Amino acid sequence: MKMNGARILLECLKREGVDTIFGYPGGTVINLYDELFSFKEIRHILPRHEQAGVHAADGYARATGKVGVAIATSGPGATNTITGIATAYMDSIPMVIVTGQVPTALIGNDAFQEADIIGITRPCTKHNFLVKDVKELPTIMKKAFYIARTGRPGPVLVDLPKDVQMAQAEFHYPETVEIRGYKPNLEGHPKQVEKAVTMITQAKRPVIYVGGGVILGNAAAELTAFAKRLAIPVTTTLMGLGAFPENDPQSLGLLGMHGTYYANMAVSNCDVLIAIGARFDDRVTGKIASFAPHAKIVHVDVDPTSIKKNVRVDLPIVGDVRDVLAKMLKAAEQVCPDAKVCQDAIAPWTAEIEGWKAKHPMSYKQSTTTIKPQYVIQRLRALSDPDAIVATDVGQHQMWTAQFFGFTTPRTLLSSGGLGTMGYGLPAAMGAQAAFPERQVMVVCGDGGFQMNLQELATIVQNRLNVKIVILNNNFLGMVRQWQELFFDKRYSSTCMELPIDFIKLAEAFGATGLQATKVDEVDEVIKKGFATNGPVLMEFKVAREEKVLPMVPAGASLTEMVLAS
Amino acid sequence: MKHTIAVLVENEFGVLSRVVGLFSGRGFNIDSLTVAPTNDEALSRITLVTRGDEQIIEQITKQLNKLIDVIKVIDFEPENAIEREMVLVKVSAEDQSRAEVLRIADIFRAKVIDVTPKSYTLEATGAPAKVSAMVELLRPLGLKELVSTGPVVIGRGAKGWKG
Repeated sequence: MKMNGARILLECLKREGVDTIFGYPGGTVINLYDELFSFKEIRHILPRHEQAGVHAADGYARATGKVGVAIATSGPGATNTITGIATAYMDSIPMVIVTGQVPTALIGNDAFQEADIIGITRPCTKHNFLVKDVKELPTIMKKAFYIARTGRPGPVLVDLPKDVQMAQAEFHYPETVEIRGYKPNLEGHPKQVEKAVTMITQAKRPVIYVGGGVILGNAAAELTAFAKRLAIPVTTTLMGLGAFPENDPQSLGLLGMHGTYYANMAVSNCDVLIAIGARFDDRVTGKIASFAPHAKIVHVDVDPTSIKKNVRVDLPIVGDVRDVLAKMLKAAEQVCPDAKVCQDAIAPWTAEIEGWKAKHPMSYKQSTTTIKPQYVIQRLRALSDPDAIVATDVGQHQMWTAQFFGFTTPRTLLSSGGLGTMGYGLPAAMGAQAAFPERQVMVVCGDGGFQMNLQELATIVQNRLNVKIVILNNNFLGMVRQWQELFFDKRYSSTCMELPIDFIKLAEAFGATGLQATKVDEVDEVIKKGFATNGPVLMEFKVAREEKVLPMVPAGASLTEMVLAS
Repeated sequence: MKHTIAVLVENEFGVLSRVVGLFSGRGFNIDSLTVAPTNDEALSRITLVTRGDEQIIEQITKQLNKLIDVIKVIDFEPENAIEREMVLVKVSAEDQSRAEVLRIADIFRAKVIDVTPKSYTLEATGAPAKVSAMVELLRPLGLKELVSTGPVVIGRGAKGWKG
């Protein structure tokens, strides 16, 4: 059947199983929106800014594991997506972003609302395509989804000129796709796996270091089984939180700059470090030269470029983490038929770690007068559903959430790790809520980051997205303020927000409910009421203004040089 | 350490900028770069010369392989490869230096491709070391213009690399 390019695009999305898209109309996508008007099989959500649309698709993708889809018009619409795309790229989130483009005949002529979005997004997409002929559109869409979701996932942009949307063609969606330059290596080499397991079972002080790859690769169950079999302690990066239950005694929580004392000590003293789906980011390693100085490093990753990029690796395994972990478990069962023998072999190490846990547990000083932000995080965990989804923005509140929430399930934390994008949280929560209308979805943000995309209150209310917004308001750009306090002699340059905002009125102006807690004993009440109230609720907590995120490894220092909570 | 790397890519618009953008974005060096279609018109072959220690060269080849449009990457070992480049060089040639220019050209088997009363333009092909030796001998005579293709490289032996 012949149809126009706009319709073909929608048919492609349908065949890829897309049920929700986030998009903003404009001149060069008006044909697409005209088709969408009568295309009922896909739910379209209109954000109030293209950046938020992309973050929403990102939140949708992180929560579901499916490919998130966002649409924007050419020129400013397309350039507004950049921060969202770069955020997804850094955290390897599968997405397809479709941008309108000026008609092919006008490309390069500085036409109205023209931007070279292919050129602009080249370094922040996994791949991108300019569609020059409507006949190529189905194959390009098939490739785009395939590239986005396979291997190390990532965002793919498809630039679709207006005339291509209008042109007619027969629609056939290809069943399979073949890209000769793209063959991700998914199966871990059996010999390497064998060697790794030998190394691990012979270790006296092993530690597993888990990154977001385990969540993206849906390998949490395999990871847990492997770690439990050998009783190896597990620490995770920010992106890895939820891959291993933090309430398990083997969990060491977060490592790195704001990691736990015991995770950083364990990594600094281990003899074998097993990195799985992690990329040795500088926020994790601290000073590279003194990172895991006594350890042989096993590194499992689907992306060969991650291996030996930042640190030396003794045993690389390129492959899908789920496949590799399943093989590792099998090998461990053979090497160690009696699990207890292997577990007992590292008992002294476990005892040493227990000692570190007892010496410096995660803590903060509770106050009777002011609300401590960490306390709010703990109460949120206690008073929310076990499968609640938590989006965060970026800054102190993000680290407190990572430290004190206690994640036990994959895909329940949505946070911008690599790029550290302020303004990410609210739209990401919106995307997750659109995917899971029945689950509790909250966003924890600071007063700074919230203001970067607060226009999305309108989207949330309009689409009846039941998002609970938690603002830890310290009237500061808290993380930068903390650095200024510690490293810049308390010269608080441009970090005090000064203008106090009436967030309650703000919420009400958009048709949401606003609640506020200023005292410790109001915290539970506000949270309970917030979750019990139907529809979007903004909960503002006036928290201790100069609270610091601790422990902290100063930038460039070794992991053992932590500033600890007193 | 210098490395000559051959990259087989899809012959499509924008591919070169992906390769070059990778180098600039990640702070890798490009000393020279040549690109042209191969005997298979759907493919282009890029030859680039870069520098770095072992870890950097490994990252470069891995990052190149990661690009969707890159089909194959070979980091040639000098002993298993033949490298050639071509230079066109315009050199001052007046009075007694005219003969000297021709002598040097002769020694390096360069061709004279343009003559004026004040200059010769030479074409020389060969291993980069040979070509640069010739250029260095010509330099004191007055180098007016130099243009080089940068090296291209092919493996030794009977086995061909498709494309």
